[in-house]
Amino acid sequence: MADENKDRTQTAANPGLDRREFFIRMGLGSLGVAAAGTAAFAYQFLSPNVLFEPSPVVNMGKPEGYPLDSVTLDVDTRVFVVHDKEGFFALNAVCTHLGCLTAWKPEIDTIACPCHGSKFTRQGVKKEGPAPKPLPWLRMWLSDEGDLMVDRGTDIRPMQFVRV
Amino acid sequence: MNATFTAYFDQVRNTRVWRSVFRSGAGPSTLHNSLVIQQNVFLHLLSTKVRKRMLEFNATWYLGTLTLGTFGILVITGILLMLYYHPSVPQAYADTKDLQFVVSSGQFLRNLHRWSAHAMVFLVFAHMFRVFYRGAYRPPREFNWVIGVVLLLVTLLLSYTGYLLPWDQLAFWAITVGSNIASAVPVFGAKIRFLMLGGHFVNANALLRFYVLHCMILPLAALFFIAIHFWRIRKDGGLYARHSEPGAVMTTAHTRPPL
Repeated sequence: MADENKDRTQTAANPGLDRREFFIRMGLGSLGVAAAGTAAFAYQFLSPNVLFEPSPVVNMGKPEGYPLDSVTLDVDTRVFVVHDKEGFFALNAVCTHLGCLTAWKPEIDTIACPCHGSKFTRQGVKKEGPAPKPLPWLRMWLSDEGDLMVDRGTDIRPMQFVRV
Repeated sequence: MNATFTAYFDQVRNTRVWRSVFRSGAGPSTLHNSLVIQQNVFLHLLSTKVRKRMLEFNATWYLGTLTLGTFGILVITGILLMLYYHPSVPQAYADTKDLQFVVSSGQFLRNLHRWSAHAMVFLVFAHMFRVFYRGAYRPPREFNWVIGVVLLLVTLLLSYTGYLLPWDQLAFWAITVGSNIASAVPVFGAKIRFLMLGGHFVNANALLRFYVLHCMILPLAALFFIAIHFWRIRKDGGLYARHSEPGAVMTTAHTRPPL
């Protein structure tokens, strides 16, 4: 009992912080550091460092494969290749509402989303439905071999046609 | 016949082996009856005594118990389904079809799992409406209502994660849409979606993450909160009956027509 009281006497150098209080703060501080480290560890662990996802750059083949005045959906790459009289361009076919794959409806000259009914023109402009944004235009260029290349990771301003 | 059976069971409960396991022996007293509940690790969550009136259908419509029943069916059928299901992109859909057409009783187990899941969501809502309109969420039971809301969320997350596992078109697009809804969260939205799917698309990582959530993390979370939920019923004064409430509730209650 006497020893305990002796432990709890405040030192002249640091009034208000006795030995027990010091160790309590040390312990809680260490726990806090450990908790923060665990949170950081968990966050890093849950974020994959290597992803086995397809490359954003895709080869869409020869321009001759797309007749004039056509809209062609490639379901694997989720890209529309449109051949208008001004030239070629590529649209991201993923609906800007909640990510469903849209489809070209030639009979009504419309790109339509099956999930919640958004409709777009062939240039990606929204006509109706809940989609908050137009379908983005994707960067497109001709490769040295004369193939149409599309970078699905790069949106561009609309009305930039590729002329062949 | 019944008396003979009871006598035989009492005899078993007084044996040394039984008493070494359960500690409470048999006897006619209320103390013995109470000890049976109190000294069992599972039963001690529940009230030691319950009024007979509260065990009638009309008191609760048994909605909470039925919810627990569907949860039990889901755990058992779910574990059995796990024996034939691989959470991998090439195999998940084929395994689902195999369960329907190749595995003995697979179709039955899969349908039982699915219908019980629907029933559980329905029963959770019915239970909550019942509690809400009866006013059973009021003090001292307000914390148990909060636990109930957590259990509702766990139930819905279990439903949602299970939806992806058949890996068919419906599953794929439902999770695509759902994960895009999650990405609407301000600031962290895209990051939440990335962590949820383990990538930028619904793909192999997403399937595996949803499988682990569905079969391990969420069921354990459900069990944890179910245990607290039941324990709180006891701590908050047993099942809710309007007539047995303190005066404040009575005075407002008896002026209203009975529900």
